[in-house]
Amino acid sequence: MHTRRLEWIIERALFVCAALSVLTTAGIILVLAVETFEFLREVPVAEFLTGTEWTPLFATPRFGVLPLVAGTLLVSAIAMVVALPMGLLSAIYLSEYAPDGVRRIVKPVLEVLAGVPTVVYGYFALMFVTPLLQRVFPQMSGFNALSPGIVMGIMILPLVSSLSEDAMRAVPRGLREGAYALGATRMQTALQIVVPAAFSGITAAFILAVSRAVGETMIVAIAAGQQPRLTANPFVPLETMTAYIVQVSLGDTPQGTLEYRTIFAVGMLLFLMTFGLNLVSTWLRERFREVYS
Amino acid sequence: MSVATPSVRSLSGLVARPGTASTAVSAPVKIDVDRMNFYYGAKRALDGISIQIRANLVTAFIGPSGCGKSTFLRSLNRMNDIIPGTRVEGTVLIDGQDIYTPGVDVVELRRRVGMVFQKSNPFPKSIFENVAYGLRINNMARSKAELNDRVEESLRQAAIFDEVKDRLHESALALSGGQQQRLCIARALAIRPEILLMDEPASALDPIATQRIEELIYDLKKTYTIVIVTHNMQQAARVSDHTAFFWLGRLVEYDRTDRIFTAPAEKLTEDYVTGRCG
Ligand SMILES: Nc1ncnc2c1ncn2[C@@H]1O[C@H](COP(=O)(O)OP(=O)(O)OP(=O)(O)O)[C@@H](O)[C@H]1O
Ligand SMILES: [Mg+2]
Repeated sequence: MHTRRLEWIIERALFVCAALSVLTTAGIILVLAVETFEFLREVPVAEFLTGTEWTPLFATPRFGVLPLVAGTLLVSAIAMVVALPMGLLSAIYLSEYAPDGVRRIVKPVLEVLAGVPTVVYGYFALMFVTPLLQRVFPQMSGFNALSPGIVMGIMILPLVSSLSEDAMRAVPRGLREGAYALGATRMQTALQIVVPAAFSGITAAFILAVSRAVGETMIVAIAAGQQPRLTANPFVPLETMTAYIVQVSLGDTPQGTLEYRTIFAVGMLLFLMTFGLNLVSTWLRERFREVYS
Repeated sequence: MSVATPSVRSLSGLVARPGTASTAVSAPVKIDVDRMNFYYGAKRALDGISIQIRANLVTAFIGPSGCGKSTFLRSLNRMNDIIPGTRVEGTVLIDGQDIYTPGVDVVELRRRVGMVFQKSNPFPKSIFENVAYGLRINNMARSKAELNDRVEESLRQAAIFDEVKDRLHESALALSGGQQQRLCIARALAIRPEILLMDEPASALDPIATQRIEELIYDLKKTYTIVIVTHNMQQAARVSDHTAFFWLGRLVEYDRTDRIFTAPAEKLTEDYVTGRCG
């Protein structure tokens, strides 16, 4: 009787914890939605989504979010160019080539890399990578998209590699054996059988990585600059959506003003982007699981 | 149960004369295994296997579950290499060449020694691509037409063409278990190996498909050396020329199939084939 009562209490307590986290999330989304709604009552959606100038703190403010979106996409794209090929190759190596001993060492090391605080990466980009790149590209300014992009790529590399490797290791051994039995080499088996069989899992890893890159804040806030600019030039300062939110949050913009509400509108857009990416990623992984469970 | 382990004398005596007094004796030795031991880590799964498998005959491996039939079969094309911690002792010669000496091209070996697995394992590709894969990686088809022809021929041989001819470009994973198994047979046949290792190829098939596979095996032995693992005694008796009986990692008896089933030398064999143990 006593234990049953205790179990009841524990169960309730766990439920409250779970409910709290759901409620918190719902609350955040609600606040985002309300403030965004307020913002959109003053700025038409069309202007917000298609305008090419972002100057909310100027005397004649403009609320076109495209420069921020472009900044986010440019830095993320650079990060993915770094992280995708290297992450996939390292996953192929770890899953198909590395002896057990090597894997047992490399995997935890990669995971440690994922645990480095992003602020460290940010200063690494600003103080180390940027000066290094400036020797190659003298025209590059101190704040730019290239350096934080590369460093962000290094940051999400472990994620890509680890998740892709999981997907590849989930491919049944029998499939590899089937290829070997036909006279396939290790390379052919890895590239033509294992990678395609793990395709949805690998894609899910990629998308999750993109979502991480889009939402990453510290590195770009430190090393990319704070100048909203609609450009594809990786050498000049620009501003991403996240960096803008940091900038306004840290400033002294009074609550309740339109300027203040911009961070919610930008935050909402950011949320929708990463949420959409995560949904696609989850869906792909579920599909992958169906095939091999 | 208390079964006396057969003495080494009787074992080696039997192994030395497979197919004695049959027409088969003239067939050349294709696979010659001498005192082979196999280990999964520290665990010995095969113990002193010596056997000579003859060309263009069908050799059946029988024995209770877990006695090492698959392990032995898989060591004939070095498929166990990819399982970490496995180890082979003794010699395995194919056409007189030791396949475990350093420097052997394992890829080339597996091309010559094809395999159908106990668990069907089609690639998550289309039916056509499953069969074409081996042809493609080995550059065995010089033209699109030749590729198509050989895919179709292999599917016909494996008695599955009629069932899939209208959906060659659909996923192989949508096939039933028995169809998948026949597809895997077709895939193995496509590259025309010299030796075909089949691990319970008919265990997931209905009687009609089983019969077609057995007919196929009969046809194939003109050009191939076939080794088949089966739990079905009637099947072993029907399709094979020689039968090897395994028990707890040892080769107990190896002889002409008719003798194994009518006048085995070992009590253990007799008990097993008559269903009294195992
Ligand atoms: N990958 C492995 N790792 C460790 N032990 C294994 C492995 N595969 C097989 N074994 C062991 O080796 C022994 C022989 O197994 P094997 O699969 O060769 O038997 P089998 O005769 O083919 O059985 P079945 O008729 O059930 O297929 C068994 O005791 C099994 O547990
Ligand atoms: Mg088996």
